[in-house]
Amino acid sequence: MDVIIENLPLYWEGFLRTLFLSAVSGVIALVLGTLLAAARVSPVAALRGFSMVYVEVLRNTPLTIAFFFAAIVLPRLGVKFEQFEIAAIIALSTYTAAFIAEAVRSGVNSVPVGQAEAARSIGMGFGQVLSLIILPQALRTVIPPLINILIALVKNSSVAGAFFVLELFGYGRQLANANGDAVITVLLGTAFFYLLLTVPLGILASTVERKVAIAR
Amino acid sequence: MSSVLYDVPGPKARRISLIGSVIGSLLILGLLAWIIMVLAQQGIFESRRWQIFTRTDVWRLLGNGLGATLSAAALSAVIAFPLGLALCLLRIADSPIIRIPVRVVLEFLRGMPVVLMMLFVLLGFGTSPFIAVVTGLVLYNAAVFAEIIRAGIQSLPKGQREAGLAIGLTSYRSRMLIELPQAIRRMMPSLVAQMVVLLKDTSLGYIVAYGELLRAVQVMADFLGNAYLFPVFFVAAAIYIAINIAVSRLAVWIERRGSKKAAGGTAKAEPATVEAGAP
Repeated sequence: MDVIIENLPLYWEGFLRTLFLSAVSGVIALVLGTLLAAARVSPVAALRGFSMVYVEVLRNTPLTIAFFFAAIVLPRLGVKFEQFEIAAIIALSTYTAAFIAEAVRSGVNSVPVGQAEAARSIGMGFGQVLSLIILPQALRTVIPPLINILIALVKNSSVAGAFFVLELFGYGRQLANANGDAVITVLLGTAFFYLLLTVPLGILASTVERKVAIAR
Repeated sequence: MSSVLYDVPGPKARRISLIGSVIGSLLILGLLAWIIMVLAQQGIFESRRWQIFTRTDVWRLLGNGLGATLSAAALSAVIAFPLGLALCLLRIADSPIIRIPVRVVLEFLRGMPVVLMMLFVLLGFGTSPFIAVVTGLVLYNAAVFAEIIRAGIQSLPKGQREAGLAIGLTSYRSRMLIELPQAIRRMMPSLVAQMVVLLKDTSLGYIVAYGELLRAVQVMADFLGNAYLFPVFFVAAAIYIAINIAVSRLAVWIERRGSKKAAGGTAKAEPATVEAGAP
């Protein structure tokens, strides 16, 4: 226990950085993912194709590969970062956006056809149908899976710890190496901080799921 | 569905859409061309960089990495599935003394990053990286499998269990003979999707120094020099992605086949995807 109490400031710093990485990547991924989902159902074939290929490839890319690309391959190709956080955010948000796009798309598909037909019949165009009628309804069904994706994002941000970003996992690894006699305690402490984020989010997801489970 | 969102395009809209498509394609092609140009400036396309793929030892290293990836994934899947099944049965046991602790353990396992579990096993118990990778994957995926199967059992009509108990089966036999076979069939798409996640997560072995595909890339880049990093990385990533896409396609195929079969009989299972396919 002493190890954890002594290093509480480090844990806290790591916790905040994990939170920061997850929040920034989460926001970018939400925007990017919604745009991709909109492109996926749009009338323009090129956009549909691009979105389909993007989602298919990124969803099937292991996260470690995405990180390896952003943190190790990109700098060798001349893209220089001031901080490795940027590489981590690039990898996390592009990866997560693919999953968000899929979730939003299945939400769009869950809205009854009549809604879109009614909107069209009163003269709305594609953009209006999507932004005023379909997406607001789709978001309701999409929120629980989106929260699950965000939980996964928090856990995935731990990979950043292996690519030169000192967040919770990074500090945990450092502390474990420094305190060879108390490895288990140190790592359980790290686990505790992750659970501090993921368990409340999980409870939130199931509560929201019960609340918005509208009869359809 | 998508066609409902907009009118069947008339001649004018078709023209606009065509122009949009052309402009969109040009933009994407332009982006690709720009990337290729940047790569070319770095000398990525010099033939000497790609000539290493004519050497058999490069392929042998990649093959070894791939073998390590696949064997860790296969072993983990083979252990995790029965374990998940057992955990699921405990999770829905009648007695709260069993149910509640198992639930807490499952929540704990599902809320933790897999890398952390791998590191925990590696450093905490001083095992080999292979065992650390497999243990981490088994613990996490068994918990997810348990949740998926539980969602499947709960999606069954209540009458299934009642009928099982009514003809005199014990609670356990009713689960094994009546409910599980149906639940597993229903949840097959989610289970296969989770297999893809498992396969993807073997790449986390890179972090705990397990000699899988990505580690092989790193080793080759260190050994042959950084000039070869991109070609080797490119080939390895392509291998990884191709395998994952193949398994994902398998999941889609199973889903289609399953929904065709189910169309006649029972109510369609609400695809309680849990978080399968979402990490």
